[in-house]
Amino acid sequence: MFGSPERGIEDNAAPTRRPLPASAFKRPHITVRGLKKYFGPNPVYDGFDLDIPRGKFISVFGPNGCGKSTLINLMAGLLPLDGGEILFDGERVSDIRVGYVFQNYREALFPWMRARDNIAYPLKFMKIDKREQERRVEALVTRLGVRIDLNRYPYEMSGGQQQLVSILRALVIDPEVLFLDEPFSALDYEMTLFMREQLQRMFKEIGATTLIVSHDLEEAVYLADLVLLLTRAPTQIADMVSVDSPRPRTDATLAEPGFVRTKAHCLEIFQREVRK
Amino acid sequence: MSWSRVAPLAPLIGVAVFLLIWYVAVATRFIDPVLLPTPVVVAKSIWNGVATGKIGGDLWKTIQRVLMSVSLAASIGIPVGVVLGASERVYKALEFIIDFFRSTPASAVFPLFLVIFGVDDRTKIYIGAFGAMLAIIFNTAYGVMNARKTRVLAARVMGASRAHIMLVVLLESLPQTFIGLRTGVSISLVSVIVAEMFLGSTDGIGQRVFEAEQMFDMPQMYAAIFCSGMLGYALNLALGLSEKRFVHWAGR
Ligand SMILES: Nc1ncnc2c1ncn2[C@@H]1O[C@H](COP(=O)(O)OP(=O)(O)OP(=O)(O)O)[C@@H](O)[C@H]1O
Ligand SMILES: [Mg+2]
Repeated sequence: MFGSPERGIEDNAAPTRRPLPASAFKRPHITVRGLKKYFGPNPVYDGFDLDIPRGKFISVFGPNGCGKSTLINLMAGLLPLDGGEILFDGERVSDIRVGYVFQNYREALFPWMRARDNIAYPLKFMKIDKREQERRVEALVTRLGVRIDLNRYPYEMSGGQQQLVSILRALVIDPEVLFLDEPFSALDYEMTLFMREQLQRMFKEIGATTLIVSHDLEEAVYLADLVLLLTRAPTQIADMVSVDSPRPRTDATLAEPGFVRTKAHCLEIFQREVRK
Repeated sequence: MSWSRVAPLAPLIGVAVFLLIWYVAVATRFIDPVLLPTPVVVAKSIWNGVATGKIGGDLWKTIQRVLMSVSLAASIGIPVGVVLGASERVYKALEFIIDFFRSTPASAVFPLFLVIFGVDDRTKIYIGAFGAMLAIIFNTAYGVMNARKTRVLAARVMGASRAHIMLVVLLESLPQTFIGLRTGVSISLVSVIVAEMFLGSTDGIGQRVFEAEQMFDMPQMYAAIFCSGMLGYALNLALGLSEKRFVHWAGR
């Protein structure tokens, strides 16, 4: 009935996932059509279209205040749309499993719960009994090779460990789509480098369509299959740049000519947009 | 001997020095021993009071009144605070009134309570509850209102029901509610003791202080004052410990 813990959540955690027709893998996973979002009289999005392929890692990059956070919040259902639609394989966000990692882990984890219960929290709402919840947390942690003491409270952990717990909490439901809004920007540099590697490994293991907002261009390109570059508001797509460097990427990747060229290209487009 | 080894004893040293100065001041007649008896006399009086059960009974009566008024204040104040905090519009409408009465000295409303409730034992409890309740309402509402938006969003994106989201808000506001409770206990202790002094009470530590003063029994008066101090200290300590236990994440 259940797979071995090593195979983990792919087998066990998603009994509700229906088999998709082969054509679904050719169709974009996420489609945004005619998106409108206003804050007061100013449109942030005023007719915005976007297609995101399945199982890819997308970095969202753009000028300050262009609407990066707004975009993933709209997608994740945290903000209401003022117009248009966002569909996931034709379904609404409420019908799919999404994981969301907030920038500020201090304000996103529940300090009254141990790390273990924080991670299990979203499983509560999936009608899964307590034993099975615990088993899934254990399976996920084993599978991803995370080494932290899950019996601690968040305030007893380092910033990196707390953000790791947030990411595990987002992953435990086996999300179809994972959103991360500047997840590492509150961490020091050393921890950021470490967390990038962790995230890269997890992505390989989980394979969910992933959108990350990053304000570090090198990080954005390093992690991504596709870099989504945005214009100033009212926001449009400036470019969608494919990053072809093979995975797993390492420090050496950063110096490869292909990578450097892609990064330079993104920077050029970004600067063009900022100067506009 | 280095300071770090003596440091844990510092409070005891402070007490010893305090007692010594007190003793010397009285023994040298720097202070009139009629107004301030020596520590030994006061200690004896405390011992007598405890041994005959007189002070103990008064203390117990006061503890009961304080606990009842705080329970009353909390059972009204916490729900009201949650409702106020949950609706910014209601809070904005009532903020001034609550803040005004919260700032009104509790002792100023004593006569009003006397007129309304009469010279009844329950009046003392209501008086204690009044100020405490305002402090609890204010702090609870503040805590609920300032519940981190991110945690509520996080719960929502993970599929939490309304009830679970409310629970997140409540837990989030709990540290602030505890601050309200702490303030409430101090306020109600002060109010109850003053009420016991002046509202024709026949028992309670406040009445004991007042009666000793009337009979000019200074040792007994000091004994009662010290007991009320110990009561206040013990209540604070108990709240501090339960805070550590129930809102272990507060301030971290
Ligand atoms: N709740 C809100 N109320 C009013 N204006 C808002 C709100 N949220 C966002 N905005 C505005 O919408 C625009 C886009 O905001 P958003 O946070 O999505 O930008 P961002 O690209 O994530 O910026 P940053 O790089 O600073 O994180 C900004 O101009 C911002 O001021
Ligand atoms: Mg942002």
